[in-house]
Amino acid sequence: MLQLILFNVFNGLIVGAFYALMALGLSLIINLSGVINFAHGGFLALGAYLAYSLMPFVGFWGALVIAPFLTAALGLVVERVLIRRLYGRDPLYSLLLTFGLAYILEDVTRYIWGAQSLPYPIPPVLARPLSSQFFFLTGYRLFMVALVAAAVAALFVILRHTRLGMRIRAGTLDLETVSALGVNVRVLRTLNFGLGIYLAGLAGVLAAGMLGLQPTIGTSLIMPSFVAIIVGGLGSLPGTLLGGLLIGVASGLATVFMPSASEAIIYAMMGVVLLLRPRGLLGEEGRMQ
Amino acid sequence: MTGGRHFGMTALVWVVLLTMPFWINAIGGYTELATRIVVMALAAMALNFLLGYTGTLSFGHAAYFGLGAYGAGMTLKYLVPSTALGMLVGMAIGTLAAALIGALIVRLRGVYFAMVTIAFGQVFYFISFRWNSVTGGDDGLTGWHRQPLDLGLMRLDIQNHDTVFYYLVLACFAASVGAMAFLLRSPFGRTLQAIRENERRARFLGIAVERHLWLSFVISCAFVSLAGTLYALLNNFTDPRALRWDMSGNFVMMAVLGGMRSFWGPLIGAAIFVALQDYVSSHTQNWMSVVGSIFVLVVLFFPRGVLGLLHGRGPT
Repeated sequence: MLQLILFNVFNGLIVGAFYALMALGLSLIINLSGVINFAHGGFLALGAYLAYSLMPFVGFWGALVIAPFLTAALGLVVERVLIRRLYGRDPLYSLLLTFGLAYILEDVTRYIWGAQSLPYPIPPVLARPLSSQFFFLTGYRLFMVALVAAAVAALFVILRHTRLGMRIRAGTLDLETVSALGVNVRVLRTLNFGLGIYLAGLAGVLAAGMLGLQPTIGTSLIMPSFVAIIVGGLGSLPGTLLGGLLIGVASGLATVFMPSASEAIIYAMMGVVLLLRPRGLLGEEGRMQ
Repeated sequence: MTGGRHFGMTALVWVVLLTMPFWINAIGGYTELATRIVVMALAAMALNFLLGYTGTLSFGHAAYFGLGAYGAGMTLKYLVPSTALGMLVGMAIGTLAAALIGALIVRLRGVYFAMVTIAFGQVFYFISFRWNSVTGGDDGLTGWHRQPLDLGLMRLDIQNHDTVFYYLVLACFAASVGAMAFLLRSPFGRTLQAIRENERRARFLGIAVERHLWLSFVISCAFVSLAGTLYALLNNFTDPRALRWDMSGNFVMMAVLGGMRSFWGPLIGAAIFVALQDYVSSHTQNWMSVVGSIFVLVVLFFPRGVLGLLHGRGPT
């Protein structure tokens, strides 16, 4: 029993780390640009499939490095050509636009790589279980958690200690003043969008190794990411991280006791949080309300 | 909108709707398609009560649509074979859920409100998907059929006659749309529009903004769940896709495509959307790309929708 609980908590943490990685990207974009990027899941899938296609040429490690950057590059193009036109308009329009993009991305993925799920090979070094008692601790899972942790740490370092990060944080609070101080807000928003999509691409490559590839891989991960943001508190990146891990563990635990409720429980959590603390666990009062 | 123009538009809409079963076959459609257009139009207009007239972006209306559908289907399958009761139960369940969830979310605004409605929409999707033994899971709820309707003096055989069922749907549509138009012209409806235009000013005038938003949300969802019951009855079937997020997005799209600042806009949007989806999905596998491209194009080039374009005014 203990082993079962441990297994599911650990599993929940891994899944939660994914939610967090994806939700952090979404959060960055919402905070600075007020755009709910419904196509985030589509970018995640694209990252995964790009890595799959790159692998024969550059190997597992090469694909892991290159695919997220390619995804981010595509994100930059989409932002410059489409999403940029909708800044400052009713959020309804950007939501509909990214919604349409999500449709297109999923369909294009299916068209290029097929509707069947594909296996994503991982190096044998990582596929081994580390101990016979805790069979679920494969190298790949530990590696994944470590990589997500590193990515999140890097993100927070960028936001806190680089000029770009400081501008992003300042813009989140008051974009007009940042613009008046001479920062090119258009470029800032583009880079910020690219950063968010990079995280989606990275999450995609990692998810592929665990779940395999299918065109809907992104859509199944995006809803929990919304929940993670709401639970953690909109406007707070640490909150998003916390929210992602929390709902991951919660759904992991639910798998032990009531498997059929493993999805519903995160929405129940969201309901409780909204009831007791509408701004989310770490959200600032009055923001985004 | 001027009174005369509005009257002309309304008359035209009713003439078209009342005669649709007689000419839709001639232009390549079929009666069921006509019924689907009316059902979706009801859903889109109900959403627009909230979206266009209260200025609140709900992206989760499929949840209440689907609750209506499952409520009707499960009543007919498990409780009593009565179409009327199924519709009542479906509508009651959808409205009740909206009342509860609405109370949780009326304090949120803008992007945040939209996100929470999206997320809550998925709860019911997972329930219907997972609760196999009762809802049929991914395969959907089958093994039931809409029943003839007894009205005391006469008996409407909606089970075997698609055209009769069309007119039943149209009657429900007329009653709902009439009720919504009445509400929007009442002081209550004017208050909603005042909140849309300037929430802070409305609040300073002493209007209980949250209570109005909640009521608007519940009313909107009540009519959406009615549309959901009709949708289930139309197909004699319902599945989790009726309450998935893409359905919510389609409703919003219909409202925007037709013009969300005009009363009949969502009807036009629904007609275009449903007809197009029917045509495209029977001609190509890649209908998602086509529909997605329409989303993108409408947002970039026709944000005011068909009627907004005709009237030369719309949201700024």
